[in-house]
Order: sequence, then structure tokens, then C-alpha cells
Amino acid sequence: MSIEIITNAIRQVGLTLIAIAFIVAVLEGALYFFLVRLLKFRYAIPIMLVAPAAVGLSILIVYPLLWELNVSFTKMSLRNFGDPGFLGLAKGWFVGPENYAQVFTQPVLKLTSFWQLLGQTVLWTVSNVTFHVLGGMGLALLLHRKMRGKGIYRALIVLPWAIPQVIALLVWRTEYNFEFGAVNQLLAKVGVAPIAWLSDPFWNFVAMIITNVWLGIPFMMVIILGGLQSISADYYEAAEMDGANSRQAFRHITLPLLRPVLTPAIILGTVWTFNNINVPYFINQNELETSDILVSALFREAFQYNRYGDAAAFAFVVFLLLLVFTVFYIRITGSLKGAYE
Amino acid sequence: MSGPVVPPTTGVKPAAESGGRHGGGRTDSTRKRIVIHLTLILAALIAIFPVLRVIGVAMRPGNRLLDSEFSLIPPGATLESFRNVLFETDLPLWLFNSLVLTTGSAVVGLLIASTSAYAFARYKFPGRGVGLTVLLATQLIPAAMLLVPLYILAVQLKLTNSFVGMVIALSVTSVPFSIWILRGYYETVPVELEEAAQIDGCSKLEAFWRILLPLSTPALAIVFLFNFLAAWNDFFLARILISKEDLLTWPLGLQRFQQQFQTQWNDLAAASVLISIPVVALFLYSSKWLVSGVTAGGVKG
Repeated sequence: MSIEIITNAIRQVGLTLIAIAFIVAVLEGALYFFLVRLLKFRYAIPIMLVAPAAVGLSILIVYPLLWELNVSFTKMSLRNFGDPGFLGLAKGWFVGPENYAQVFTQPVLKLTSFWQLLGQTVLWTVSNVTFHVLGGMGLALLLHRKMRGKGIYRALIVLPWAIPQVIALLVWRTEYNFEFGAVNQLLAKVGVAPIAWLSDPFWNFVAMIITNVWLGIPFMMVIILGGLQSISADYYEAAEMDGANSRQAFRHITLPLLRPVLTPAIILGTVWTFNNINVPYFINQNELETSDILVSALFREAFQYNRYGDAAAFAFVVFLLLLVFTVFYIRITGSLKGAYE
Repeated sequence: MSGPVVPPTTGVKPAAESGGRHGGGRTDSTRKRIVIHLTLILAALIAIFPVLRVIGVAMRPGNRLLDSEFSLIPPGATLESFRNVLFETDLPLWLFNSLVLTTGSAVVGLLIASTSAYAFARYKFPGRGVGLTVLLATQLIPAAMLLVPLYILAVQLKLTNSFVGMVIALSVTSVPFSIWILRGYYETVPVELEEAAQIDGCSKLEAFWRILLPLSTPALAIVFLFNFLAAWNDFFLARILISKEDLLTWPLGLQRFQQQFQTQWNDLAAASVLISIPVVALFLYSSKWLVSGVTAGGVKG
């Protein structure tokens, strides 16, 4: 670690910040001149406020998506690498909607079809979110009372969320080692034969779910605990006076009043789990296709197999799938009502 | 307009431990209390077991790396691995690189998000609803979907292996989430406060700067922390944009580490502990605010 490297790093980041500030200043100046001075536009100020974010997101999200859409109609790959131009027409790479058809008819990587990946993803998402919600709810209900050591329990149980995920995953991967990992060593102590967590398709998938359940419960617990604290104790007192037992109180008071907190948390959790690429990437060390979910297959199709055209089409299919699911879920639960007022 | 379900005040200054629903009338029986404590102890053990293991492995002497024993302080414990990773490897450099990148991008992200969120909270303008929907939809985009175009874009602009591309990419990716959280928080601040300032002669933007922003310090802190943690823990952007040894961030560095020193897993463990301590401390310190940040921004009943 030399002075030269340090100053270089600081200079690069510093210059970037200055450049961003300069670009924003020019942008705002131009907008001010045109919208306020020349046009006296009613909405000049909000537009000026939103402009930096809009420009940034256009460059880093909208443009890449358009680029991806363009590539999805070409046969761009490692063999056909370069700027495809509009639909790859000039280079003869244009294949029309063929890539989209192939998503459903040919293996995405080597063996696994789209439908199998979809099944694996659904299984992955449903089992994770179920365990997250049940585990988080159980722990939150236990912690939501007057008791000794509440703060300590909470801090310890939140730890899996706090640890940098890359580190947590590297540790878990090592602990799944057949011979030296803690998981098999612990199993040996209770007399269970060692399990090939990293190479057996079924157990690798189980290992991924165990890891991700461990990672995800704290978030749900914290959210639900926040929701429980916002429920007034008066409801429970009234219910008790009316002779309700604690199960009835949970079903008729806690659950309905938790819904406004729970529904968005479940949507968020589902999207995060569906899009989780870290866990499959690190735990599926032997690159078993049976442990791939849609997004990890997408990553590998692009960066290992370098089939950019196919991967782009696949990406849009995956994105649309998630979009349709989310819109339906929001419609059904009405969870975003009031967000646009 | 309905307020957020959990008023931000509950989180900012956690509501006096009301003790939940058992605070008032009945108390738990002793047997029930024991069961509850045992369950929580078990859960806490599962949560921290990998952590204890890593600490234990980091302190193992080199010839006992593959022992199958589970004591927290291993026999012949030594801090040699900590010394080794700090002084004999590039770990300090990786941490420094991550810190510079992360701080820079979190600041930019916060500045961009705080002003946009103000427009979404306090102004009606054409495109507002569409804008909010687009911001939500961006949260659905799989990371892998953007990585290819961003990589190609960076190659074309010659921004691979440079912190310029990293700072820009990291600061913008967390903007949508930040805007949602800040907008939700701004809306819980009574608009009358700003109107009063305007009557006293402030312009609308001055009122934002002098009244709303200072009142929103907790939310700004949360958003900064979110952006900071997201950038600090980023693995995939760095993986596709950075390959030069001098520029590695710690997640990439750790990977190198494992490949280079296949058997030195005590060094990897020691490095993991050193990287985690400050992040975990920061996280635990601010975790009360994290909750209110998520709920205030995302949850509207």
C-alpha cells in the first residue's frame, strides 16, 4: 500500500465528485435559464429538483435497458462481439424474435430448460419467504414483551443481517465442506452420516435455502417487531375484557393490524429473494444447474457463456415475469393505496 | 393523506418500551418465561454460530486449521493471523479502496435523492405518478440484467478499472430506494412549518433547506447508511468493472485470498472478522433507525 496508490484513488474519486458537481451545475443553470427565465414554466422548480436523478437514472438504467432490448434481437456473442448497432442490421446479426422463442424451447445453459429453472425459482422463493415470515413472526412475538435481556437477544439475532453478505456466504460455503465443515461435524456428533452439501444437487439446493433463511429472518423480525410496537395495547385489553383468548387476539387483532406492515415487507422479500444472485453464486460452488435460479442462470449465460443476445432476451422474460407478479400482488392486496396522493 | 403506519418518531426515539401487550394486566407464568428464554437463546446461538466459528478459526495456530473441535478459544490460540493479514497482505489497501469508493458514492447518492424526494413530496407536476412508478419498477430489475450493458458501456467509455465508473454506478443504483424513503419521511413533516417560514420571507427552496432538511436529519442519516452499506457490500459491480490489483475492493480481495492461499483459511477468517467489526457496530448502532426508515418510506396504509 503505497502513497502513490492512495493519492491516485483519492484523486480519481475526488475528480469524479467534482465532475458530477460541475455537470449538475451546468444542467441546473441551463434549466433555470430556459424554464424560468425564457418560458416562465409553472413546473420549473420541481423539474429542476428532479433533473439530476432523472439524468443519472437515464444513463445508468434506462439506456442500459434500451441497449439490452436492442441486443435481444441479435445474435451477439463472444464470436460476434462488438457494437451491434441498430438491431445488428448492419453486421447481419439480426435474428428477430428468435432469441425470445429459444428461451422457451432450448436449454438456457447446457441442460436446464426455462421451465425447470422457473420451477426451481418458485420453489426457492416460496420456501424462503415462508420461512422468513414464519421465523420472523415467531421471534418478533417472543421478543415483544417485557423481559430481561431483550436488547441482547435482538442484537444477536439481527447479526446475520448486519454481517457483510459476501463474508457470511464465504463462511457458510466453507462450513458446508464435506470433511472439514462445521455442518457435517455437528451432524456427526448426533450420529448422522456426512452430507455432500456442495456437490449433491438436492442437498446443495437445501444448503442454499438454509443459508438464505438464516440471512433473511432478521429483516422480517425487525419489520414485524416495529409493526407490533405500533399496535395499541388498548385493543388487547378490550379483547381480554370480552373474554378472548390469546389465539383469538392474535387472529383478530394482531394479524389484521400487522397487514399494512407485512404486505409490503412480503413483496419486498419476494422480489429480493427472486432476484438473489449472491447466494446461488457463492453456495453453488460446483456450478450445478439444478441449483440455479432464473437470475443466476442469467448471470452465467451472459458472463460465462457470453451469449449476449440470448441472455438479453432471457433477461426481459425474467423481468416481465416479476413485473406481472408484483402488479397483480399489489392490485390484490391494495398495499400501495395512498402512496400516490 | 394517511400517515405511515409506524410514525417515524417511534423509530427515531424508540417508543418507551411499552412492554407490548403483556405490559398491562397479566404476566407470563414462570414456565412460559423459561420456554421463551430457551427458544430465544437457541435462536441467538444459531444466528451467531458462524460468527463464533470464524473468530475461533481466526485464532487457530497454523497447524490446527482443520481440527474438528468447537471451542470458542481454540487450544494454542494466537493472534498471528490478524497480524499477518494486516501487515503481510493487501487487506488494508482493499479496505481503503472500498472506503473511498463507498463514501464518495453515498454522498452523491444522498444529494441527488434528497432534492428529488422533495419535489415528489411537496410539488404536483406532470409525470409525478409515472416517475414514482418507474422508481418502484427499477427495484424489480434483476442485477444481472444491467451488468452486461453497464460492462459494455464502461468498456466503450474506457471506464473499466477506474474508480470513476464505480462511483457513478454505485451512487445512482441506490437512488430510487432513497427517494422513496425520503419522500415518505418528508410527508410526515407538517407542511405548515415551511409555510410559516415562507410567510416570514423565506423562498420555498430556502424553507426546504432551512426547515425541512434539518428536521429530516434522521431520515437522511438512514439513507446515507443504506447507500453506504449497499456500496460497501457490493460484489458484482466491482467484479465486472475492476480487475487491476491496485484497485480491488475488499469483496474482490477476499476472493483472491481464498484462491491464492487455499489452505490459509485462518487468514481469511481473520480478515473477515476485521472487515465485519466496524460494519456490524455501525449497523447495530443505527438499527433502530433502519426500521423506521424502511417503514416510513415504503409503508403507507
